[in-house]
Amino acid sequence: MSTPGPNDHDVPAESRVNYLNASYGIRSWLLTTDHKRIALLYLASITLMFFVGGAFAVLMRIHLIEPQGALVEPETYNKLFTMHGVVMIFFFLIPSIPATLGNFLVPMMIGARDLAFPKLNLLSWYIFIVGAIFTLYAAVTGGIDTGWTFYTPYSSTYAHTQVVPVALGVFITGFSSILTGLNFVVTIHKMRAPGLTWFRLPLFIWAIYATSIIFILGTPVLAITIFLLGLERLLHVGIFDPAIGGDPLLFQHMFWFYSHPAVYIMILPGMGVMSELITCFSKKRIFGYSFVGFSSMAIAVISFLVWGHHMFVTGQSIYAGLIFSVLSFLVAIPSAVKVFNWTATLYKGSISYQAPMLYALGFIGLFTMGGLTGLFLASLATDVHLNGTYFIVAHFHYIMVGGAVMAYLGGIHFWWPKITGRLYPDGWARFAALIIFVGFNLTFFPQFMMGYLGMPRRYAVYPAEFQVLNVMSSAGASILGIGYLIPLVYFIWSMRYGPVAGPNPWGAKGLEWETPSPPPTENFEEIPVVTEEAYDYANPHPGVARG
Amino acid sequence: MTGLLQSACILLLQGPEQIPIRPPAASSIAEGVDRLHFFLTGITLFFTALIFAIIFYFMVKYRRRSEDERPPEIEGSLPLEITWTLIPTLLAAVVFIWSSSLYFRNSRPPAASTEIVGVGKQWMWHLQHPEGVREINELHVPVDVPVKLTMTSEDVIHDFYIPAFRVKKDVLPGRYSSLWFQATKTGTYHLFCAQYCGADHAEMIGWVYVMTPTDYAAWLSGGARNESMAQAGEKLFNRLGCVTCHVADGTGRGPSLVGLYGKPEKLRTGEMRVVDETLIRQAIVFPNSVVLPNFPPIMPTFQGQINEEQVLQLIAYVKSLGQEERQTKAK
Repeated sequence: MSTPGPNDHDVPAESRVNYLNASYGIRSWLLTTDHKRIALLYLASITLMFFVGGAFAVLMRIHLIEPQGALVEPETYNKLFTMHGVVMIFFFLIPSIPATLGNFLVPMMIGARDLAFPKLNLLSWYIFIVGAIFTLYAAVTGGIDTGWTFYTPYSSTYAHTQVVPVALGVFITGFSSILTGLNFVVTIHKMRAPGLTWFRLPLFIWAIYATSIIFILGTPVLAITIFLLGLERLLHVGIFDPAIGGDPLLFQHMFWFYSHPAVYIMILPGMGVMSELITCFSKKRIFGYSFVGFSSMAIAVISFLVWGHHMFVTGQSIYAGLIFSVLSFLVAIPSAVKVFNWTATLYKGSISYQAPMLYALGFIGLFTMGGLTGLFLASLATDVHLNGTYFIVAHFHYIMVGGAVMAYLGGIHFWWPKITGRLYPDGWARFAALIIFVGFNLTFFPQFMMGYLGMPRRYAVYPAEFQVLNVMSSAGASILGIGYLIPLVYFIWSMRYGPVAGPNPWGAKGLEWETPSPPPTENFEEIPVVTEEAYDYANPHPGVARG
Repeated sequence: MTGLLQSACILLLQGPEQIPIRPPAASSIAEGVDRLHFFLTGITLFFTALIFAIIFYFMVKYRRRSEDERPPEIEGSLPLEITWTLIPTLLAAVVFIWSSSLYFRNSRPPAASTEIVGVGKQWMWHLQHPEGVREINELHVPVDVPVKLTMTSEDVIHDFYIPAFRVKKDVLPGRYSSLWFQATKTGTYHLFCAQYCGADHAEMIGWVYVMTPTDYAAWLSGGARNESMAQAGEKLFNRLGCVTCHVADGTGRGPSLVGLYGKPEKLRTGEMRVVDETLIRQAIVFPNSVVLPNFPPIMPTFQGQINEEQVLQLIAYVKSLGQEERQTKAK
């Protein structure tokens, strides 16, 4: 592999000037325009949010051990699941991969020195933080109990909780997504290194590009929806509440027009990470590059046309239901194509099982399960029974946690040596991956059964016949919680005590591995010229021309 | 960790056979929905197992044996891509057609359904039978008879869900939604609110009692002597003064309501509307939005003066007006 400096492996990371030690002090971080430092600001913020959201989930699962509720009053339980959803979706999952790995990697993967608009990038982070502060403020001053979906007229007229601060927090954070998406689109169009044509791009870039399109097109709709919600709640303008002349379903149409594509905001970047991990750890080119790349774009487009499948039981017309059903089946197919291509990539590969690969394989299994259970909800007859039950909760956690979070953790494990210059203990990381996989399945598989048996979601108390399944789920959650704490410990440990990683510890392809770890502030000493296609593992030499 | 302990205790004490696998199936559509559900479960398990099996096989067979290994270059395969695009597409098409035809067939209630009305409000269900019997959080229905529920909400969105019947419908404020079922087994079944509606959402539950026709008839006549819904509606019609303008022979200041139900009418705005439950409710709550061309817009709103159950009684009365005429015409 390439060694940009002489004896780079022997030089401790700290003695070379890199983006981490180029300057010191809080100011140098809070005023940085370096995409890598901004990525770390995001990493710290969303990790905090992840554990805040996780704490809400832990309290919920403890509460549900008893049918009559073991821990809190129903009003408090309602706030717990609402805050869990709001924090996890808007402040962890949506920014997760794009804002951390995307920020760090987009310029590095395309051979650029930064994003197109570095100051805008920093602004995105500040906007995100302001939104998060509003939401956390609401959480500590009484909380919100509308569910993360804010359905009207409950949220606009009837709820007595902190709807406005939370809605404002989500509204503000949306602009962070829009600006980040815009930054990525411009960067990917205009700043690719010489020779790096569209079809030589790593598939992570394709996935981030597709995600950015959804950010730009979808998020403004969410902003408008929340704005209208605020108008009705504060000024009693009749928009959604029929008692003052509104339409009770309009909110759901507008909300899901954003929030279904948002599901793909959460999962598409994870799919991008998958393509990087699978190729590296099987030392093979991706199977069917263009099919994997175009399926991301297909998902981005079709995802805007399927929102009605959230509304099959609202009384929408039968014919609308049929159209949304067929489109929902259609959006599943590009995902299936991806799974098949990743699996085929393993064929005749040289497969090794370091921690990132275990997360990747876990992703394939759990995402397959999550995707297939989506068919139950795309098909009208079964959705009528399963809608609004724990079956839905299980389904989207298989996609969001089994899929998106697994990919996120796999990605963090994969690029951690690049980000920090240090290795973490691989044995512990593999152990954590296993614990998370087991804990996850024990938590959420019983919820499929509960849902089919008819247990509605968002119930603070429930009939005693569902207790065994609930206890199983809570037991799984305690294992899952431990699984998430282990990486936190060894990542922090590795920053100080981990062995020096060197520029390319995995033997991976891709421009980000052609530069030292941690990279210098300008990423590359000279802009590389790309001479090969992505994942050309058959060619052991770096696919860049120098000088 | 307490969760772990509790789980272990329950599993040890009660055994895994305590975990039910299938909810009771007690309506005419339940078996059909379950067949599709099991088919989908089969697909899910098959493909998950297939993907897992292939991955495990590759993981073992192609594990890295030395760092210098050079795997063969494989760019892809168009025939394979087409195959694994077509197979899921065909499978999806089969499921779509199966599921949609099932849904479509069951979407309209049979003409001879017993009509029961319901109102959801935070946090209870009010139900009323045409004979006038009212219940709260309980619904008694006869077995083997199609029952149509017409429902609305006093406040937020609720959802009427009977898992054993595999039916569910949102209950919205400001409009009517309906669902129907035909119970096939006597027994007692859960009734849940399946749309989050506030603090005591989880308490907005009840029971559905499916009874033999004789038991049902006995139950209907056993309660306190009730006037029928239409009779209650007629009383309201008089008490609220509706009768002063809506005179039966058409000489009043408002249109006669006799025989109006079910007819298409042209509104002052030019819009054609069929006089149905929704239109009658709209006329009571927002009278100026549905004025007929030959009448002055002088009707006051009754919003806030009567509740949704009373609106439903008025509708029952309006429907009963000229019913004999409609029935003789039908013959």
